[in-house]
Amino acid sequence: MATGIKDKVAILGMGCSKFGERWDAGSPELMKEAFEEALADAGIERKQIEAAWFGCWGDGINVGNSSIPAAMALRLEGIPVSRVENMCATGTEALRGAAYAVASGAVDIALAIGAEKLKDTGFGGLPPPFKGTFNDMWMPMGSAPAGFAQLAPYYRAKYGTSKEDLKKAISHISWKSHQNGQYSPKAHFQKAVSMETIMNAPMISDPLGLFDCSGVSDGSACAIVTTPEIARAMGKTDLVTIKALQLSTSSGRETQTNDWDGSYVANTRVAAARAYKEAGISDPKKEVSLSEVHDCFSITELVTMEDLGFSDDGRAVFDILDGRYDRDGAMPCQIDGGLKCFGHPIGASGLRMAYEVYNQLLGRAGERQLASPSVGLTHNLGGVPYQGIAAISILGLH
Amino acid sequence: MAEFGISAFGAYVPRLRIDRAIIADAHKWAAPSLRGAAKGSRAFTSWDEDAITMAVEAARDALGSGDGAGVKAVRLASTNLPYADLQNAAIVARAAGLPASVASSDAAGSQRAGTSALLQALKGSEPALVIGSDNPFGKPASTQELSFGAGAAAFLVSDENVAARLVGSASVTEVFVDHFRSTDAGSDYGWEERWVRDEGYAKIAPAAIKAALADAQLAIGDIQHFVMPSYLKGAADAVAKRVKFAGTVAGGLEDGIGYAGAAHALLMLAATLETAEPGDRILLVGFGQGADALIFQATDAIKAAKPARGVAGSIADALPTDSYLRLLSFYDGIAMEWGMRSEKSAKTPLTEQYRSGFQLEGFNAGKCGSCGTVQFPQLQYCVRCHAPREQFEQVSLRDQEATVLTSTADWLSYHPSPPLWVGFVEFPSGARVMMEMVDIGKDGIDTGAKLRMVYRIKEKDRQRGYNRYFWKSTPVGAA
Repeated sequence: MATGIKDKVAILGMGCSKFGERWDAGSPELMKEAFEEALADAGIERKQIEAAWFGCWGDGINVGNSSIPAAMALRLEGIPVSRVENMCATGTEALRGAAYAVASGAVDIALAIGAEKLKDTGFGGLPPPFKGTFNDMWMPMGSAPAGFAQLAPYYRAKYGTSKEDLKKAISHISWKSHQNGQYSPKAHFQKAVSMETIMNAPMISDPLGLFDCSGVSDGSACAIVTTPEIARAMGKTDLVTIKALQLSTSSGRETQTNDWDGSYVANTRVAAARAYKEAGISDPKKEVSLSEVHDCFSITELVTMEDLGFSDDGRAVFDILDGRYDRDGAMPCQIDGGLKCFGHPIGASGLRMAYEVYNQLLGRAGERQLASPSVGLTHNLGGVPYQGIAAISILGLH
Repeated sequence: MAEFGISAFGAYVPRLRIDRAIIADAHKWAAPSLRGAAKGSRAFTSWDEDAITMAVEAARDALGSGDGAGVKAVRLASTNLPYADLQNAAIVARAAGLPASVASSDAAGSQRAGTSALLQALKGSEPALVIGSDNPFGKPASTQELSFGAGAAAFLVSDENVAARLVGSASVTEVFVDHFRSTDAGSDYGWEERWVRDEGYAKIAPAAIKAALADAQLAIGDIQHFVMPSYLKGAADAVAKRVKFAGTVAGGLEDGIGYAGAAHALLMLAATLETAEPGDRILLVGFGQGADALIFQATDAIKAAKPARGVAGSIADALPTDSYLRLLSFYDGIAMEWGMRSEKSAKTPLTEQYRSGFQLEGFNAGKCGSCGTVQFPQLQYCVRCHAPREQFEQVSLRDQEATVLTSTADWLSYHPSPPLWVGFVEFPSGARVMMEMVDIGKDGIDTGAKLRMVYRIKEKDRQRGYNRYFWKSTPVGAA
């Protein structure tokens, strides 16, 4: 009987590059920044790493496919390096690979690194993806905001939420993340923005305006994992361990049947239920201290609060406007600015979320440090609400 | 021998319309004289419409609720077929749901391609679907740009339920070059209109008419409707006068459609049949390198043969637009800056296209033989009960009226007619499909709105000159 990976894997060290429009750096340089910080934090040498997982999304604009670019950039001599890609859930997927390697006993120390260079395209936004030879024959080529914006009408219809209230709530989400971004020196956007500016910004895909969309950023984040026993033997006293790592991928029910009503993300609910079970969490509202969720668009964060059980169904609008997820609220969300302000270099984002939770748990988050958090949750969402991959990690003090 | 005639017919005109005054206004700096001819509105094809897609819509209107099972041949007439070497009629036949056992061919090369194809089918020995479909391009600031339009008409020719019998016909062939367009040219080169009218139409058409009347053993006084298309104003009246015709000269469908090339004679015939009474005789003339003259007589079945949409329904189902540059862009008359997102390769894997043709061509969903779930696309296993695809029954979503579940106007994605409207569409059979929504007016489209399916260009591969076609949804209109 499987017992899950709770407390079988400890984080030995983490690193994160400065996110943003890094005209000065390609993926190899970004990886170097995150890697060196993680090595120093872990207190190990490169040669102690026995296996690595490299996450990056866009082969066409990044370093190309396979693990070779990471092995070469970081000079990982002869060890197994795997490249993983799971759309925006790629970063968490890399962590999952490294954590499972350690939990299985296959290796003592493993590396997970995600990197994305998005600003080599020549334009703002993401390049339109190849959807596969068959899907490109029939599937409309909508943009990411168009895919996520469709949550809005169904959420409103289901709970009788007015257009105005929903717009106010999603604007508050972005306002809150910009407030937090001010205290996040590695974030892409570090300026506070007024509610008025957010609400009156140009429309991208109704009801999502410019400030409802996350940044398109370059960046890299990295984790080095081992067992709690080895970490302790290496002299680590405060330990952050992985309590749960869960993933759920769409099989087509949302897009092909009438099962899904369009107002939530089904995969997030499935992954969350499994993650809480693995971590032994029965009441996430009380037991989770902070979260870093996939706010690719503000509306995604809104429904995610319900999908993760942080707000009751239909109540997220009110909880958000009441400040429950603000930095001084009961369950701070995106304390580092989130995808919205920290930025969203796709393959790095899941690891960036873990980096913030890890630092918060260890009390190392500087100006944005929360008062004694004990459990943090990261939520990464690849694809679109109706066809995607939800990846959740729960980290906590050991 | 069984007598062949027209058993059913249908039409399609692009919804997009523009007032000719808007076109003339755009050119007034260079061609102020266009103003005088700028009356009414013309139809124009959206970026994703062409002779193939319009033909599919006209064919569906003609076939109605029938499945076209008896049709043995499909003939597509146009002088603006998208492909020079790739049979356009074959694409139309499969999208219209006709079986692989049909014969198919394209008819092109002349403004009378439509009447010639129809005449051939009527003189043939097997049921055929004849479609004229055209969207001629007139150069900016030309009179053709004002007078040209777009549309398609389809006729089911068979010996069952004949609504209009062919009672006589004749053709003449003359190398009278009123205009020409070489294979690689974008627009016509035409000669002086007075010469074309007086020496061409007024002399060549009467010769064909006279021979057709003789074939039918009728006199001109036996004819009630004179139907002759022309891109020249007044040509039909001139010919009618020359042959001493005293009945109704059919209007040229100038307002709402415009001259639709090789399809125009068939559109005018369809419009005439829509109002014809049993017993009425109709003289149809197609002109171009000679002329075809066909004499029909409506039967008692004419009343029941009226299509669901037809020409009148198509004209009524209009979406007025107000930008001349939109028309120009859709006809590739202007090179717009579409941004780097438009650089994505649109190469179609022809192998995949052929493999998946069974579900993409006719928009076939699979109905699970085990749990009954109707699903598109058809993947390897049932989305609900995981039964293998081999157990699926093929159910076309093509003719099901669907409903908008969600919709978004996407201004970010590259789309030749921004914004891209996209959302989930729900079918009465239970299928749910993420689809593009087209011909959406200024007010957008709401959840619950009714949609019908249309065959359109999904993506244009401009680098290689290949269009990928698929089904899109559009609001159910006035028709």
